[in-house]
Amino acid sequence: MRVPPAWPLVLLAACHSSTAVTLDFWGLGREGEVVAQLVPEFERENPGVRVRVQQIPWTAAHEKLLTAYVGRSTPDVAQLGNTWVPEFVALGALLPLDSAIARSRVVHPADYFTGIWATNVVDRAVYGVPWYVDTRILFYRRDLLAQAGFAAPPRSWAEWLRAMAALKARDGPHRWPIYVPTNEWQPIVTLALQAGSPILKDTAQYGAFTDPPFRRAFDFYADLYTRGYAPRVGITEVGNIYQEFARGTYAMWITGPWNIGEFRRRLPPNQQKIWATAPMPGPEGAASGVGLAGGSSLVVYRASRHQAEAWKLVEYLSRVDLEERFYRLSGDLPARRDAWRDPVLAADAAARAFYEQLERVVPTPPVPEWELIATRIFDYGEQAIRGGVPRDTALARLEREVNQILARRRWLLARNAARAAAPAGGGR
Amino acid sequence: MMPGGRTQARAAWLFLTPALIFIGVFFFLPVIAGLALSLTNFDIYAIGHPENVQFAGLANYRAMVHTDLFWTALENTLYFAFVGAPLSVLVALGAALLVNSRLTRWPAFFRTAYFAPFVTTLVAVAVVWKYLYHPRYGLLDAGLAALGVHPVDWLGDPRWAMPAIILVAVWRSFGYNMLIFIAGLQRIPAELYEAAELDGAGSWARLRHVTLPQLAPTFLFVGVITAIGFFQLFAEPYVMTGGGPLKSTLSMVLYMYEEGFRWWRLGSAAAIAFSLFVLVLAITLIQLRLERERTS
Repeated sequence: MRVPPAWPLVLLAACHSSTAVTLDFWGLGREGEVVAQLVPEFERENPGVRVRVQQIPWTAAHEKLLTAYVGRSTPDVAQLGNTWVPEFVALGALLPLDSAIARSRVVHPADYFTGIWATNVVDRAVYGVPWYVDTRILFYRRDLLAQAGFAAPPRSWAEWLRAMAALKARDGPHRWPIYVPTNEWQPIVTLALQAGSPILKDTAQYGAFTDPPFRRAFDFYADLYTRGYAPRVGITEVGNIYQEFARGTYAMWITGPWNIGEFRRRLPPNQQKIWATAPMPGPEGAASGVGLAGGSSLVVYRASRHQAEAWKLVEYLSRVDLEERFYRLSGDLPARRDAWRDPVLAADAAARAFYEQLERVVPTPPVPEWELIATRIFDYGEQAIRGGVPRDTALARLEREVNQILARRRWLLARNAARAAAPAGGGR
Repeated sequence: MMPGGRTQARAAWLFLTPALIFIGVFFFLPVIAGLALSLTNFDIYAIGHPENVQFAGLANYRAMVHTDLFWTALENTLYFAFVGAPLSVLVALGAALLVNSRLTRWPAFFRTAYFAPFVTTLVAVAVVWKYLYHPRYGLLDAGLAALGVHPVDWLGDPRWAMPAIILVAVWRSFGYNMLIFIAGLQRIPAELYEAAELDGAGSWARLRHVTLPQLAPTFLFVGVITAIGFFQLFAEPYVMTGGGPLKSTLSMVLYMYEEGFRWWRLGSAAAIAFSLFVLVLAITLIQLRLERERTS
């Protein structure tokens, strides 16, 4: 006979309460730590339900979540990067939440940022509830921009380029108007979405990298490096980016909300008044300055044996007061507009720019292959800006490889279309 | 004689069976399964829906040779193996000669010290080296700065990242090879050296005409083992560079790992694994052939 290794624990739990349910929650990185502080209250409100929080580092999260699914050891509830949702839906790992949301008195879709909510929808079904949001905007040195003659942050690409040219003229070779890490896909994808590129076209069956909108964004991006506006370095190659920002090595930086806290902690007190944030400039002015709909969602696994309790946990964490507490503990920006009324958040000038940006965010293509495609976008981007490969060649290679990656998706779509058509044709 | 021989053979089979079963179940079966996998399009769509798996023939292999990244990984692996493995063997031979020399004091201490890196956890080693290589706080650049040399961003510069990885790998692996060389050196009969000395051979001539020829079988063993090990480069770039910068340290195994366990394209990953297998097999056969030609 096989004795389960957790046998003593099972006995113990059984003695404690005959109806005890233990939920496994997987949190990623810092959020996994913070959520452990929110869980005790849930356990008090729901006697008989206990939550086991497991923290997974972000760098290993994607592999670990996939391996867990293959090994049939998935948790009940998990935090999922929202660009991963389509992938886990394709696996069949996630529970559709539409009916639960329709009945819910806590989760109101209309209260969430539209672009963020959309990242959880695959083929018109909802698979996740946004937990916190993430997008990339401009962090800038107000004093340096003012010295270059710009009292307000740029709102359009043209204005942005003028500001960078003015900064470059003042700064000389060892200081840069902007820092855009060469090994991140977010900046280039943001610019492409702004320029109107769908990134993938024909219901996401082919890459759209050689089409004019992507090409326009790519030229803008690559020019940042060739004109000397941005240094050709990756994110790990700058020793201490905060120190460099304080020194004025960079006047602007495209980065995410976690850096609000980092800037407050790491920049000296006398510099706290000279940095600020602004929404991304757009090719045709502010309205076209869309951003990426990033962040994390809470999902319930199909394999969970306690789906009702699991949904309760999702609802609990989605409550406005919990979103506010979560923000205060982690600095992660809430996904619900109501939670932004929190006095601390409402008074935060640096966060305001994020709110403004979040009203204009666009999801990345909802395909399971997205993470791989995103990685390839910066691989080939890096080839063009650091590896001396001509832009046309880099984009053609990128498109060829992405089309190859999407071959499987095309086959599946064609097969499903054929299956859908078959009963109608063969019905007679 | 015959019955006794048969009993012996039966006993031998009896003793071998457990090992053979283990090797069969845990080695040959997975290898065959891997080969079969490389002929399918097993990927993320197939995990939840096994009916989506199709026989793909050689499609994975065809796609592989049309992917830039594969050639980059192959090139990097060859660079690493052809520079790193001979270097490791040479350093090991040098260290063995030094430690084995009659003039060396405390040979046991040096043997242990040189061998220590080999038994240290590779990941821990890689993390420590990452600090040593740090352009701002690293010991290596601090030393260079003291000599007036401009600091090098070892792991951040595409030109220097691979040499930096090679240095770590050589440092870690030469201790093991050194021990084998020492064993080989101690097996050389002292009479040969005495005879050479009587013939008037100096220390260089003795090394060339006595030590090295006598070490030939050891060389073969060390060469094959080191080459196989070096073709499987993984942990150093995985921990230290993640394959970057600009894919300059992406090895075949790291590429295979990413395809298989990051993107879950298992068919494609299995194809990469088999191409690596064929490559290592070819290199090993060449080495054996060269050795046979030399001895005959």
